[in-house]
Amino acid sequence: MFAGGIAKARRERATRITTYVVVSAAALALLISTDWPRVFDKLLNPEIAAAQFPEILTIAARNTLIFTALGFAGGFVIALTMALARISSVKAYRVFAGWYIEIFRGLPLLLTIILIGQGLPLAIPVFRGIPIFWRGVIALAVVTGAYMAETIRAGIEAVPPGQMEAGRSLGMTRAQTMGFIILPQAIRVIIPPLTNEFVLLIKDTSLISVLGVTVATKELTRWGRDGVIEFANATPLVVAGIIYLALTIPLTFVARRMEGGKGR
Amino acid sequence: MTKVIEIRDLYKSFGDLEVLKGIDFSVDRGEVVSVIGPSGSGKSTLLRCVNQLEESTSGQIKIEGYDTADPDCDMDRVRAKVGMVFQHFNLFAHLSVLENLTIAQRKVLRRSDEEAHEIAHRNMEKVGLLDKIDAYPNTLSGGQKQRVAIARALSMDPDMMLFDEPTSALDPELVGEVLAVMRTLAEEGMTIVAVTHEMEFARYVSDRVVFMDDGVIVEEGPPSEVLVNPQNARTKKFLQMILGD
Repeated sequence: MFAGGIAKARRERATRITTYVVVSAAALALLISTDWPRVFDKLLNPEIAAAQFPEILTIAARNTLIFTALGFAGGFVIALTMALARISSVKAYRVFAGWYIEIFRGLPLLLTIILIGQGLPLAIPVFRGIPIFWRGVIALAVVTGAYMAETIRAGIEAVPPGQMEAGRSLGMTRAQTMGFIILPQAIRVIIPPLTNEFVLLIKDTSLISVLGVTVATKELTRWGRDGVIEFANATPLVVAGIIYLALTIPLTFVARRMEGGKGR
Repeated sequence: MTKVIEIRDLYKSFGDLEVLKGIDFSVDRGEVVSVIGPSGSGKSTLLRCVNQLEESTSGQIKIEGYDTADPDCDMDRVRAKVGMVFQHFNLFAHLSVLENLTIAQRKVLRRSDEEAHEIAHRNMEKVGLLDKIDAYPNTLSGGQKQRVAIARALSMDPDMMLFDEPTSALDPELVGEVLAVMRTLAEEGMTIVAVTHEMEFARYVSDRVVFMDDGVIVEEGPPSEVLVNPQNARTKKFLQMILGD
């Protein structure tokens, strides 16, 4: 009934070897047919790479970090407000926060950036007074706030309900207990996921580049893209990419370490 | 004699589940009352209604003569005067023992750091754990946690202490140290209402035993009567079960 095992193993081995041979041959053909000097020249031209410095750090990377920091700070304030509204005893607050979160998590970030950066100033003239830089920050904060709100809410709900009862039983108000007892414990739980949000935001700042920017407000992606056009060479974009990785990979590593270290 | 707790015709439902079905219950100043009964009888809910951790469905609850249903009654002030000790301790996990004892003193009673520290030290000495005052809750045993929880409640200078099954979550060998602290409080004249399964405490420390079953008070009186010579069939059955006779 179970005979034929040896024949089957032999067949599987033959299939595996065939696959290796075909894939290796294709890779070899690709390697040989590629014009390597051209690839290196267009992606990793040392002179063009050198020409990016120091401005790619002092202007572009700096702007990326400024966008990220401001967007994150604004987003955190929005997220905390929305998380508290979401668990409020007032139904209107819960409903409002629920819709806010659903809408801005449901829209593509690029659409929201264009909507806030270009659409709103058309509809509401007052918005024209806000510099494009700040419109970008607002758009990032609005969207990242919606994502972080759910993270913060989950952190609050992870704190045992007995903590709130103990606070209340000592005469502290709901707000005092939330501020002194619940949130400090929730923050510890949500630092790793918030670090991940921060990493996402570093990358998402690249979308700001669709809004018109001045030389002084270029962030990494815009810097790289403009470089591609200027030099007819992709090296500036590759350098920008390496800088992104230098920021995101260590942070992701740190977040993973913190997650792993939880419960110690 | 002053009634510190006066409850009339108290009903409490969770959705369709009626947990308290018309409770009349009062406690005199300095009295030590043990509330006993099978699980699900509503004992803990009764206690939690006293300091409004649960909102009652109907009925009247007066604490120190103040009607808690009165819109002018500041429940936070009432709770500050009613010490509560929970089955699962509920120490603030992110704060040291000292901070556990001082935070509400500072935020609610507006005491100075110095005064709050002094009171915290005094109460940690009372529960015999002064050497643990700088420890964090996760380094303490269950019995130590519960003694800290008692010290935390005492630091608010409460008029009465409510104990909600304070020894139920403890390993058997740690029960004694918590009961000893409760006994000391009773001897000092503290008003105590304890929901408990500790028959020794009910028998020898309390002035009155209240037996609850199925959301009502079935029988109450001095421990020498309720525990030794129960009148109601349900009380008899419960005592037989719990004493293992």
